[in-house]
Amino acid sequence: MNLRKYLKVYKKFLHTSLASELEYKTNIIVDLITAILSLVGSIFLLSIFFQNSVYIGGWKFEQALIIQAIYTILNGITNTWFNPNLTEIVKHIREGTLDFVLLKPIDSQFFISLKKINPSGFLEIMLGFLLLFFCIRINQININLGFLTLSLITISCSICILYSLWFFISTTTIWFVKTWNAIEVLRSFLYIGRFPLNSFSFSLRIFFSVFIPIAFITTIPSEVFLGISVLWKILLEVIVATVFLITSRKFWLFALKFYSSASS
Amino acid sequence: MSNLINRKIFTLLKVQYSNMLEYRVEIALWAISGIIPFFMLNIWTNNNLNESINISDTMLSRYFLCAFFVRQFSVVWVVFSFEEDSLMGKVSPYLIQPLNPFFRYFAQHLAEQITRFPFALIIAFFFFIFNPESIWIPNFGILILSIVSTFLSFLIQFLIQSIVACLCFWTEKASSIERLLFIPTLFLSGLLAPVVSFPTYVKSWIYLTPFPYLIDFPANLLSGNETNISGGLSMQILWIFLLFPLFKKIWSEGTKKYTAMGS
Repeated sequence: MNLRKYLKVYKKFLHTSLASELEYKTNIIVDLITAILSLVGSIFLLSIFFQNSVYIGGWKFEQALIIQAIYTILNGITNTWFNPNLTEIVKHIREGTLDFVLLKPIDSQFFISLKKINPSGFLEIMLGFLLLFFCIRINQININLGFLTLSLITISCSICILYSLWFFISTTTIWFVKTWNAIEVLRSFLYIGRFPLNSFSFSLRIFFSVFIPIAFITTIPSEVFLGISVLWKILLEVIVATVFLITSRKFWLFALKFYSSASS
Repeated sequence: MSNLINRKIFTLLKVQYSNMLEYRVEIALWAISGIIPFFMLNIWTNNNLNESINISDTMLSRYFLCAFFVRQFSVVWVVFSFEEDSLMGKVSPYLIQPLNPFFRYFAQHLAEQITRFPFALIIAFFFFIFNPESIWIPNFGILILSIVSTFLSFLIQFLIQSIVACLCFWTEKASSIERLLFIPTLFLSGLLAPVVSFPTYVKSWIYLTPFPYLIDFPANLLSGNETNISGGLSMQILWIFLLFPLFKKIWSEGTKKYTAMGS
């Protein structure tokens, strides 16, 4: 692994994909409006839930907004990197262009995961941060160094888990070829991340923390922001994230053994 | 003449159905991805939020099950197919044929719904295992009416999306406009929360838009919740009458503009 080489390659990736995406300028504006509307819509839905009750799953409205903010940031990251790249794997495998990727003197997972970028996702990330700062003010959260490191750790762990989930499903393309709809299933499950885990019934809570760790992705970072998180939960998230990253890597290398190129 | 039309319809449907049957797993997964209403139901009942809107747990679970069904049979994706076809230049041969290409997409959607039906039933079966108290049998008249209104909801969405799809003649990425339109559809149609629960400042104008007639109205009808049957059906038909001429207009304008990309 040569870090400098990879950084250099990544700069080129950024340059080329930004250049091609900026061709569609109105598209970026439409995407921004979509992101804003989608945030307004979910806050509207949340306000319906809180219309006649002060607490939902032990969360107040102002506190639940933090979850929305973190979800928006993570969704922005998904739209910037995961979505454009990992849906491309399907195309690579169907058309056999994965051959070209594998032949390049660079790590195939790196190439496949970071080749493209969708700039309109940046705006969504910024939108999420704006809401997050607003939440920090209305919830009167004190910012200190320990809090910042903890929140950074948990959010990066969430990003790792999210990436691994996407990458897992995309990797299965090697066997099943068409997995667009599997990605749709993941998307609809991820939608759960907009709400506090405690607002669901016990069985769903177990499902979303053991089988598909969506609960970890937004709830634990939000708890850190509110200062109500417990140390073992944070440790657990770090462990889950590491396990997911390592297994997704192993799974990719394992799956590649079964890759037999298109039309051969 | 009518015989010819019949044959056209029949052949289109048959071809598309056998085409769709090839993608059974795909369609099964797609059916699963529609289970968001059940998660929402879980939030509603687990926090006793439905008490404030005077809907019992059982009625609410029936509502969300029906919302799931209505959504399953009114999903439209024509803009994505049309965008791909138009970028790849596949629209050109379709345009030569003496048949509006949208009939082809229409048949595709119907065939997909037939393929989807058994999977939706299986999901409903599991739903009833977990919620045995919500089992009910709607009477025959209501069943027919709700099938009609679901189909009308599908028609409205198909027309809206076809109009967006025609924008492909002017721009290359019409699907992003569809993604934009999907957001109000998602939040206002009643898929995530029944329209009755909306605050009054939204309820005052929402019934003038097409959104509540897409999912909320057919789902209320089928689940036996209170709804204005004749009002809802006539609004659905009204929207179809409004949208259809618009589609014809934009189609005829668009085909004049068509430049056969990718060929």
